[in-house]
Amino acid sequence: MLRLLKPNMKGMSMQIASKDISAVSMVKAALEKAEKYQDYHVFVSLNSENALKKAAEIDAKIARGEKVGRLAGVPYALKDNFLSPEGKTTASSKILEPLESPITATAVKKLEAEGAIMIGRTNMDSFAHGSSTENSYFGPTSNSKDKARVAGGSSGGSAVAVALDIVPFATGTDTGGSIRQPASFNGVYGFKPTYGTISRYGVVAMASSTDCVGFFTQNPEDMDLLMQICAGQDSYDMTTLPDFYTTTQSRQDSPRIGIIKDFDNDAVHPEIRRALTEKVDELKKAGYEIVELSMPALKYALAVYYIVVPAEVSSNLSRHDGIRYGYRSAEAETLSEVYGKSRSDGFMPENKRRIMIGNFVLSSGFYDAYYLKAQKARTLIIQEYAKAFEKCDFILTPVSPNPAFKLGEKVNDPVSMYMEDVMSVPINLAGLPSLTIPVGKTPEGLDLGLQIIGPRRSDAAIIALAMQAGDALRGPAAPARILRDGVDGDTKRQDPREEEVK
Amino acid sequence: MSEKTDYEITIGIECHVQLATKTKLFSEVDNDARGKEPNSCVSPVDYALPGMLPRLNKEAVRMAVLAGHALNSEINLISRFDRKHYYYPDLPKGYQISQLYHPIIGSGYVQLPDGTKVRIEHAHMEEDAGKLTHFGTYSLVDLNRAGTPLIEIVSMPDIHSAAHARDYCKELWRLMTYAGVCFGDLYNGNMRFDVNISLAKPGAKELGTRAEIKNLNSFRSVERAVEYEYERQSKLLDSGEKVKQETRGWSDATGKTTSQRSKEEAQDYRYMPEPDIPPIHLEQSFVDEMKAKLPRMPEDYREMFKGILPDDTIEILLDYQPLIAKLAELYADNDDKTASKENISTSGVKKVANLFTSVLLAEENTSLLNDELPTKRQLIDLVTMLEKSELSSTGGKEVFLKFFDPEMHTKDTRTIAKELNVLQENDTGALEAIVDQVLADPACAQAVADFKAGSEKVLGFLVGQVMKASKGKANPAAVQPILRKKLK
Repeated sequence: MLRLLKPNMKGMSMQIASKDISAVSMVKAALEKAEKYQDYHVFVSLNSENALKKAAEIDAKIARGEKVGRLAGVPYALKDNFLSPEGKTTASSKILEPLESPITATAVKKLEAEGAIMIGRTNMDSFAHGSSTENSYFGPTSNSKDKARVAGGSSGGSAVAVALDIVPFATGTDTGGSIRQPASFNGVYGFKPTYGTISRYGVVAMASSTDCVGFFTQNPEDMDLLMQICAGQDSYDMTTLPDFYTTTQSRQDSPRIGIIKDFDNDAVHPEIRRALTEKVDELKKAGYEIVELSMPALKYALAVYYIVVPAEVSSNLSRHDGIRYGYRSAEAETLSEVYGKSRSDGFMPENKRRIMIGNFVLSSGFYDAYYLKAQKARTLIIQEYAKAFEKCDFILTPVSPNPAFKLGEKVNDPVSMYMEDVMSVPINLAGLPSLTIPVGKTPEGLDLGLQIIGPRRSDAAIIALAMQAGDALRGPAAPARILRDGVDGDTKRQDPREEEVK
Repeated sequence: MSEKTDYEITIGIECHVQLATKTKLFSEVDNDARGKEPNSCVSPVDYALPGMLPRLNKEAVRMAVLAGHALNSEINLISRFDRKHYYYPDLPKGYQISQLYHPIIGSGYVQLPDGTKVRIEHAHMEEDAGKLTHFGTYSLVDLNRAGTPLIEIVSMPDIHSAAHARDYCKELWRLMTYAGVCFGDLYNGNMRFDVNISLAKPGAKELGTRAEIKNLNSFRSVERAVEYEYERQSKLLDSGEKVKQETRGWSDATGKTTSQRSKEEAQDYRYMPEPDIPPIHLEQSFVDEMKAKLPRMPEDYREMFKGILPDDTIEILLDYQPLIAKLAELYADNDDKTASKENISTSGVKKVANLFTSVLLAEENTSLLNDELPTKRQLIDLVTMLEKSELSSTGGKEVFLKFFDPEMHTKDTRTIAKELNVLQENDTGALEAIVDQVLADPACAQAVADFKAGSEKVLGFLVGQVMKASKGKANPAAVQPILRKKLK
């Protein structure tokens, strides 16, 4: 199949702004592709009518010579745990009973203000509980390269939407790897910023202390643009950090890249180990210093994660009680039946499992032994990363121990499913930024990804590194659409918006 | 029947105080829902729409710090919130945001009118729940109150009588309203008391098993509930039974407490640090600034007026903060730029206090308490005129009442006295003329003759005649010596 070289999002919005292509045709094309790939089950709902209306408004604005935003006319997919009055939020659950929201999530507001157009809401594990998008009330999403395999999760729909090139970007949330792992399973970029970089306001909470809003893109330049737009302190989210994200173009002098010895073992798929070894060699050749790290505390991360996160999950899901909104069991007659039956019917098995674990670890008599101890171990993990970043500037590790597994393979084995998160959760516990970059493919054609992790607030530097070291990191088998230069050839053309600014 | 023992009662009180902020603790909607439709002061944060996050109201933190100072408490420079979980339709999130591990207010004390000190264990910030109204087969939820900022003040078990329990609650009410952090409307639940009561034999080393009486909303019901519990528990103990650790409710109508929930049924709140709100870090300078801004507290007024006014008068006036504050303004404050720099004497304080208690607090005038009080100037002039006998005490009261008259309240004291025609005649020359006129009146001839014959009694009649002739303006105290002189 011949794939046309296509520009990045800056180029796309420039083309729209200069009337080379209309926003309507861009959105139409995205909606057509969404239809075409229906059997992947990427979307929970499409926003066709609204999206086309908005695209027409943008075209009209451009025709009138009015200023438009940096994402004017760029179609995108929204993970179905973001609130906005456009469409209904389900978080791929039954209990939310398609929720009409009176408010708009801060991140969505910022994207819309720049003219981005949401074409649909993407499938996910119910309430983001899962690593395969198989825990969705609406059924699983397929992997972009093999329909019999999982998309990864929980932001599986968003990853596949970008991998199938339905849209150039999609939103995601990452509580323990929910952006990075599906990005890795589908050969796209997936970024989890430093905790507190992007507002969580209006995003259905999973675990408040590790939830992060992030994105899927086809290249690091687009990721940078989205971060410029969405990062920033929000008075509606007290955990957001003061503004710090600034695009960094300056080349860091021979950054030191750390690799974690502790992850180099038989539990990791040989193809992933091979990819990492190859990339490390390439980086060395390209002049990067490689530092070997020993991080023994990371082995506690999974245990800590599956105590802290279920505790917060059980708490955050308490509001779904069938009283004020969402699903209420028609059979319930007493108050305790309203609670019991609505929650029993409305939650998926994985939701219930995490609620049970969370309630257990918070119970009086167990709190000190589990939750408090886990928080202490969490501090150890944070300290271990801090020590590691004294020896290196970034850490390069696999995202998950395996490439995309088969649908149904792990869904009935929760512990094996949780093991898939072993390399992604420590980063959430420490609140660090991490970017999944596609690095190649297995002989069967499955995507392989690695993640670049940096210290807190090094978000821009990580993205800059992905741009810089792109040649060394990109595998020879990387798909052509990542090797684009369409924009570079066009850079001489005047950006109509820059003209306005002058 | 078993013998009746005199048990020692031990009482600890938890008090919920609704803070008088403009908006709720974690959202921007109106915190004052009085007279509003149910569920009209509710934001998506308050009804717990998914994805909503709490935004801490700084004004509530400021008020909590003020309240802490009023409780003579340490203020913790670092405090944080925790989640307390339970399911009930009045609690939209399924958890209440409270402070278990690191409350904002540390240990302190409250001094009762008789000097008894009740130690404060701590006080913490939390959000109020909504309100349920039950109708036979269904219940309705009103979330207007959900998210109202509260502080919960937890006392040590330092109280040992029903009267002290009442005094403690009343003193808390004064402290919180004086500090300006609570409207103090008990009827509307602005302050609610949970009272823990246990009995033990005198001299026993350990406290007895306690019962907790929840949600009392008046000082009187606190006192009555404690009295009732003393009787109930002592009867149980006298007959060899045990007191159950449980939560009980109080009914004003029956005057009884009834069991609501036993210890075994107590909920496991699964407390957890609140991850959506970073810890509160206070600057010492801010805490100090708040301390300096704390208005005068009841103890300050007691000290100020001790020996000047009777203790019970002070306590009566302390129930009306604006009155005692006005008295202090007259007596002690001389930095008032708009009014006079003068102060009144201690006898003047007594006069004004008397006007407050006998006129303003008289049942027929209590509506005037809602009006603006007279100015310092007006009251100083009133006191001066009373002291110079330009006004009789009756005239003084009349003038005082006119300070609250919408037509007259802006006028100065002398003008009001003139308009009321109650200024007393003290001018000796003018009085002598009137006395002469009375003595010359044939109607008084008999009285004059009787006086000269040695009857002191008729002097009163003659004074009365002079008063009548002066149309009440003569000062009787000045008339008497003139009469005596003329009749010699």
